[in-house]
Amino acid sequence: MTTETLTSAREGQPTTMSGAEMVLRALVDQGVEVVFGYPGGAVLPIYDALFKQNSVRHILVRHEQAAVHAAEGYARSTGKVGVVLVTSGPGATNAVTGLTDALMDSVPIVCLTGQVPTHLIGNDAFQECDTTGITRPCTKHNYLVKDVNRLAQTIHEAFYIARSGRPGPVVVDLPKDVQFGEGVYVGPENVRHNSYRPQTEPDPAAIEAAFELIAGAKRPLFYVGGGTVNSGPDACRALTELARLTGYPVTMTLMGLGAFPGTDPQSLGMVGMHGSYEANLAMHECDVMVAVGSRFDDRVTGKLAAFSPHSKKIHIDIDPSSINKNVAVDVPVVGDVGAVVGQLVAMWKGRGAKADSRALADWWAKIDRWRAVDCFRYEQPDSVIKPQYAIQRLYEACKGRETFITTEVGQHQMWAAQFFRFDRPNHWMTSGGLGTMGYGLPAAMGVQIAHPDALVIDIAGEASILMNIQEMSTIGQYRLPVKVFILNNEYMGMVRQWQELLHGGRYSESYSASLPDFVKLADAFGAVGLRATKPDEVDAVIREMLAVDRPVIVDVVVDKTENCFPMIPSGAAHNEMILGPSGNSGEQTVSEEGMVLV
Amino acid sequence: MSEPIERHTFAVIVDNEPGVLARVIGLFSGRGYNIDSLTVAEVGHADNLSRITLVTTGTRMIIEQIKAQLRRLVPVRAVRDLTDEGAFVAKDLALVKVVNEGANRREALRIADIFGATVADTTLSSFVFVMTGSPDKVDSFIELMGALGRIEVARSGIVAIARGSEIAGDDERGG
Repeated sequence: MTTETLTSAREGQPTTMSGAEMVLRALVDQGVEVVFGYPGGAVLPIYDALFKQNSVRHILVRHEQAAVHAAEGYARSTGKVGVVLVTSGPGATNAVTGLTDALMDSVPIVCLTGQVPTHLIGNDAFQECDTTGITRPCTKHNYLVKDVNRLAQTIHEAFYIARSGRPGPVVVDLPKDVQFGEGVYVGPENVRHNSYRPQTEPDPAAIEAAFELIAGAKRPLFYVGGGTVNSGPDACRALTELARLTGYPVTMTLMGLGAFPGTDPQSLGMVGMHGSYEANLAMHECDVMVAVGSRFDDRVTGKLAAFSPHSKKIHIDIDPSSINKNVAVDVPVVGDVGAVVGQLVAMWKGRGAKADSRALADWWAKIDRWRAVDCFRYEQPDSVIKPQYAIQRLYEACKGRETFITTEVGQHQMWAAQFFRFDRPNHWMTSGGLGTMGYGLPAAMGVQIAHPDALVIDIAGEASILMNIQEMSTIGQYRLPVKVFILNNEYMGMVRQWQELLHGGRYSESYSASLPDFVKLADAFGAVGLRATKPDEVDAVIREMLAVDRPVIVDVVVDKTENCFPMIPSGAAHNEMILGPSGNSGEQTVSEEGMVLV
Repeated sequence: MSEPIERHTFAVIVDNEPGVLARVIGLFSGRGYNIDSLTVAEVGHADNLSRITLVTTGTRMIIEQIKAQLRRLVPVRAVRDLTDEGAFVAKDLALVKVVNEGANRREALRIADIFGATVADTTLSSFVFVMTGSPDKVDSFIELMGALGRIEVARSGIVAIARGSEIAGDDERGG
């Protein structure tokens, strides 16, 4: 297959080609520009077809898990579907963590997996695994294609399902004989899924009820999640407009950061376990909560029985199964966030609605008192770098540049969420639902591929970064100027923090022993290695990192004992936050029910 | 403040495609829901649809959640909560083999007659009864037979349909 046949095949004309060629043709017709993958025996025909064309670019990762995370970074920073191509057996099983991550965080992914030839399926053939069986619970949907004449249609359906409704990963398993077989190609214009039609337009009665509650609120709060970001930039603009029209406070989940400008005075920052004091107390004391594309996750709600006890709750979500799953709500609104919020904006303007200004002023006065607690404050001594300080300085240095931040998982992730303010959606990529250590570096790779000229930084911990460090090689190969900003405290910090608070300071296996010299490691991968060990070195190191148009690993040696506060302990309510080691909550201990929670 | 546990019967119409039953069962095991009974058969050959009759228990919130999760599966066309919709007919079928002799053998035949069970197979020392009815009735029949000899039982699980003249919409009927 040449580039010409990819683009010159006429519409409507039955086109015969091999299954492998169909895969490429279908990707082109779906507008795919980049595929993240790793070859192997069961996908060789597709790699051969890939070799003979120039429309689709292939990024060769170093581990299949990273291929999925890279596709996630690509998808979340562009709004497009991320595409992955891996081989059978270990290729597919290695992708499982990434697929689960994408399912939990609703990221549209199409993952093509090779499979042994159909006549060998079930025979324990070399590099065989039951890919559809293994991935069934960790995908939105999956397919095994047994007939080459069903292949093109299946891939088009996979893209449709991945991006429609609540997005998610879809696996298409492709036996090798199907890739070799000849069949008729059908284009996406001729494919319509026979039943899957998620509801995007809201029920007018639900909208009306939501509007009534919003308009009559005295202590309102918008609680905005990743569904708003997923709904697209227009949805985020509509939400921002609604917030400004009403003057109501806004808090965001970890996944929702950037949906509303983080620097806006109406933003209370992040809600939840390590969210701001003002956000969590506002959640606790509000009288009308408007959940917008958020899912009442346990990291947000804390103790369910004590969750926001005085509020009427509106829940706007495209996924009906998210509604009333953890928290019973008063007004469910099933639909696309953009459509729903757009209608609420129109109603607010059209009816000349006015917020109860006196009640709202009192509410803001109360919020401002909570704000005055300054819950993220920390002391920066001369001797040792506080991790918060490093992130704060990084944030200051990045202002004014288009910056995409990815993270690994742990304390550094929470500090990044607390101290980095995002004014636009799709610029913050983190593993929220699954909490996948090793996510940030490959995700940054995917973001940088999509945005070659932007500044892409993976804020990492020294433990997480080692989980997918092999991707430094991919970064080198494609000359991606990704910056890795490691907060190195020589501990799996969040594990250590929980062991300190819950397990009597018995630091079982949480010390990062035998760490590599990250500066030399950078050098080994052809990247620039930098290190800061003292507070007065932080700015210089950041400056140097940003000045270099090459991949950089920065090893910021930070305080080993710093804990991430504020914190709602497991099993506690929002108004039982621990503010810090010397916080004002007194003798806060974790309850017995809390101990068994994660 | 523990919520009461409810028992619900669902009719789930699905595309008859490979793996669809595994998706439904996997959903129940993965999310910790109960399955008391599950039956499946193709009901609409032309549309390639199957109907799953599923009996489950849970609090009202869990029951609603199960329905929402089922509807989220791509090959699921419709989920009907027969328990919520009103009266419905629920039938179970059991094949009961009874091995006995003498008076017990005559008594087994008499009880089968009372229950309206038919004889599908007989030898000089055994019967195979076909017993159809509500699950409770089938339970009592099996219990009585157990008292009259050694038994082996095969059961279909429950199939159910709403009472009345209403026919579900095309997409929900499966046929």
